[in-house]
Amino acid sequence: MKNLKKATKVDFATYLGVTVSFVIMYILQTGGHLSSSIAGQLVPICCFIVMAVSLNLVVGISGELSLGHAGFMSVGAFGGIIAAQSLAGAVPFAPLRLTIAIVVGALCAVIIGFVVGVPVLRLRGDYLAIVTLAFGQIIKDLINCLLVGYDSHGLHIMFNISGLKSINDLHLEETGKAIIKGAQGAVGITKISSFPAGFILVMLALVIVLNLIRSRSGRAIMAIRDNRIAAESVGLNITKYKLMAFVLSAAMAGAAGALYGLNYGSLVASRFDFNTSILVLVYVVLGGLGNIWGSIIATVVLYMLPEALRQFSNYRMLVYAIVLILVMLATNNDQLKALLRRIIPTRKEADAQ
Amino acid sequence: MTEKKPVFEKARMVPYPSQAIIPERDLNKTPILECSHLGIDFGGLRAVDDFNLTIGRTEIAGLIGPNGAGKTTVFNLLTKVYQPTRGTILLDGMDTAGKTTAQINHMGIARTFQNIRLFSNMTVMENILVGLHSEMSYNALTSVLRLPAFFRSERIARQRAMELLSIFGMEDTAEAVAGSLPYGAQRRLEILRALATNPSLLLLDEPAAGMNPSETAELMENIVKIRDTFNIAVMLIEHDMNLVMGICEGICVLNFGQVIAKGTAEEIQSNPTVIEAYLGKQQ
Repeated sequence: MKNLKKATKVDFATYLGVTVSFVIMYILQTGGHLSSSIAGQLVPICCFIVMAVSLNLVVGISGELSLGHAGFMSVGAFGGIIAAQSLAGAVPFAPLRLTIAIVVGALCAVIIGFVVGVPVLRLRGDYLAIVTLAFGQIIKDLINCLLVGYDSHGLHIMFNISGLKSINDLHLEETGKAIIKGAQGAVGITKISSFPAGFILVMLALVIVLNLIRSRSGRAIMAIRDNRIAAESVGLNITKYKLMAFVLSAAMAGAAGALYGLNYGSLVASRFDFNTSILVLVYVVLGGLGNIWGSIIATVVLYMLPEALRQFSNYRMLVYAIVLILVMLATNNDQLKALLRRIIPTRKEADAQ
Repeated sequence: MTEKKPVFEKARMVPYPSQAIIPERDLNKTPILECSHLGIDFGGLRAVDDFNLTIGRTEIAGLIGPNGAGKTTVFNLLTKVYQPTRGTILLDGMDTAGKTTAQINHMGIARTFQNIRLFSNMTVMENILVGLHSEMSYNALTSVLRLPAFFRSERIARQRAMELLSIFGMEDTAEAVAGSLPYGAQRRLEILRALATNPSLLLLDEPAAGMNPSETAELMENIVKIRDTFNIAVMLIEHDMNLVMGICEGICVLNFGQVIAKGTAEEIQSNPTVIEAYLGKQQ
């Protein structure tokens, strides 16, 4: 029971930390004490925290390397944008429209996650990584071919596979508006994302992931990661639990994508490319595989870092890379760990003394 | 409880149709396991061929043989890690053809592994809770919403896990990480995890490997205790002949994938074919 309590304590500390940080930032933001560059980062940070937490479910908890997480974010973003833009007249209340958009984004990602997950989860290790990587690229290219418009007749969707069509081929009415213009991406988006919405989404993702991990299903997912053959021998349905982790992770990435998309006036699909997937993976790995609060801290620090390094101008990414390497070295350093242990004795050692 | 336990009393083995023998007390019940003409080929290699075995409801059975005889392969066939090329396996009278490893576990076979396969990053308690997975019934949504059914089911499962741990007196290691346990404790934990799935047949693959004589003696008592408490059948692969001859009622000897002898400990010990398989032919 001790462990349950300890785990519960860590979970509550995580919730509390996120809430306190939100309250402080929100007060600062509404009081106008934040510089515009930091205020503009608040929603994206929330989105990337959700991305990191959800990717941690696949990479850390389920133990499968996925390199296409941005693909799900992209699906959620454009699904959410289509929903929010076409409901602009029907649902004038922005927070409700945002909620609907996030749900639609998550559902789109669930469908794609399921379609991709069923065949892909038969693969393991490197092969899974390669296929998810390809998936991320394919999604990006598919969205680049997408033409979507909305008028009084409803949604008009066209796939511009030949590359010869334009938004005019949708034959929208005078009052209609274009939502996605192929490679130009989504245009004329009404910005409805807000920092409180981002906070709620982060908390939801945390509750879902943490509660799932400390349950029968979460233990099954971790057992399959630790030893697949043994997990089968105690009667676990491998496919079911692998798919559960993968699809749930996709859903959260989709929700984060919808929030992210509705934070900008326009959005292109190439925003969610391979680099974005790797970026999120870096957050997860540096925060610690399977460590949820670690993912949150790593995301905040590493997302702010390039901004903070603006003074290095062209050498910015070089410094960023050096910092990453130093963090990796530091967190793997036994002497540093021993030093930390001496300062903060763990409970085990305190008991032994 | 501290006095020395009497020597384990084995049942008298009686004939059963098709040349098998089972303990007398199980005679009127369906045998838990009936294999007939079981075989598997790996390419051109006949790893196991024409394997016939019947195990009674509460029998402790032994599977022995020289290294490479195909003993573990038989376990892998029974649990469908490999699909048999030939033959049938009846579990409690039901055909297991086309079942997966997980389904076989639901049907009643649990096993341990020769090279220990624990969920080594998880705690001892969590390992057993994974074993109790199918005994719990709440779904993922219930756990995310933390409904009362979640807490009820978890509490019962944790109690059950502690009961299981008490079989080997391992209650105080419940929160230790499984991979950090000493070797013998890991083997014991694996047995408990298998027991948690509520099997009717427990397969133990070299349970005494790496144990010293006193640990082995304790293990023998515990295997008998498990059989008596849970009223299940146990089949074990073991190289420690003291253990095999001490507690196994029916023994099956395998060599080059074929059964070369079946019988009680006394019969096996005096069987010339068995002696030849182990020691070679007398010049």
